[in-house]
Parts: sequence; structure tokens; C-alpha cells
Amino acid sequence: MALLHLVNKSPYERNCLDTCVAYCREGDTVLLIEDGVYAAAKAGKAAEKLSGLDVAVLGSDLAARGIAQDKLVDGVKVVDYGDFVDLVEAKDKVQSWL
Amino acid sequence: MSVTKKFLYVNRRPPYGTIYAWEALEVVLIGAAFEQDVTLAFIDDGVYQLTEGQDTTAAGFKNFSPTYRSLGDYEVTKIYVEKESLEERGLTLDDLQHLTWEDEDDDWAEKDSIKLVSRSELAEIMAGQDVMFNF
Repeated sequence: MALLHLVNKSPYERNCLDTCVAYCREGDTVLLIEDGVYAAAKAGKAAEKLSGLDVAVLGSDLAARGIAQDKLVDGVKVVDYGDFVDLVEAKDKVQSWL
Repeated sequence: MSVTKKFLYVNRRPPYGTIYAWEALEVVLIGAAFEQDVTLAFIDDGVYQLTEGQDTTAAGFKNFSPTYRSLGDYEVTKIYVEKESLEERGLTLDDLQHLTWEDEDDDWAEKDSIKLVSRSELAEIMAGQDVMFNF
């Protein structure tokens, strides 16, 4: 059973990412969207929460917030809406940490 | 008779996830149009509102970040960004837009609007206000 975890809240304002990370298991993927993308900025304090996880981030939400792709945590994949759909299809379930 | 009050707008939300940031900007411009003494503070995720290079083309919603550059024309010249919040997010002043205003008492010299302040300095500024609006 592999899950796709969606996080759409800023890690600096809410604890959604913390709980999500605590629930992540082998084979799961975390997809950061909307204000969730702030977690993927390498220089930020929240970046360390992503270590050891399979993490993707929605490129259009990154661009909207002015986060350049070269400022991301190493290993984080930038995806588009088509990839988002593929991820949903590839995993058994989707868990949205609203 | 008009009375000028010191208005502080405290911005603590990122720009796009909610409507707070956009609404705050609208209210700030209204306050400035009524010639009040307007000060802006950006704390916590509010500092993200001022980041440079926002491009919402692919996301499909309106990029209102260029509007901050017009604040100087409304004589909104005091924009305080909290240092601790910037640092926690791995940002520096270089990651923010360069906002300026022209000082008519100084031969229209262009001056920086954004000032980096510590939490305690901002607390002091807060204490000196008449009215606070929180977004």
C-alpha cells in the first residue's frame, strides 16, 4: 500500500507537514502544493523535515511564489499538473493533510 | 476637521493560499488615500508577500506582487520586515522586491521603503501606533 500525501499549508504556519512526515512509510510520496511548496526551499528551517522522503513539488505553485528551482532541497522533483495526475494514479490512495 | 492617526497593518500570511494578503493591500491603499500615517509590518509568512520573481502564469491566478511597488506613490514609505521571520525561511533582503519612494523634501531623492528590523524593534514600533489592522 503506497500513499500519495498532499500538503498544501506552509510549514511555518501549520503542523500539516509534521504530521504528514510522521505518517509517511516506505514507498510513499509527498507532493507539496500551494503554500506547502515553501517547505521545499533549501535555505529554510523546514527543509530538514523532508530528509529521507520521496518528495515532489508542483512547479506552477513554486513559480507563483517566486521560488527558483535551483533553491530547492536536493532530490526534490518538480512536477506539473500532468505528473500530479500520474502520481495519483500510481499510488493506491491519496491522503490530503488539510 | 481631519485627524491623522498612526495606522499599522500587520501582515502574517503568505500571498496566495488565502485572500488575506490581497485584501490587506487593498485596505492599505484605502487608508493611504485618506492620508493617514500608514506603516506596514511583515512578520511570519507575511514576508513571502514581498518576494521578488513571483510568476503566476502557469498557476493561473493574478500576480498582485507588482502592486507593492506603487505603495511609494501613495506615500506609504515605512515598510518593516522582521529579521527573525526572514532568517527562519532562509531569505535575505536580496530575495525581496526593491521598494522605493521619492522624498519631496530631499529633491525627490529615491529612498528605500523596506527596513529590516528585529522582533523587539518591531514591538516598539507597534507600541507607538494608534490603530492596528491584522491580516
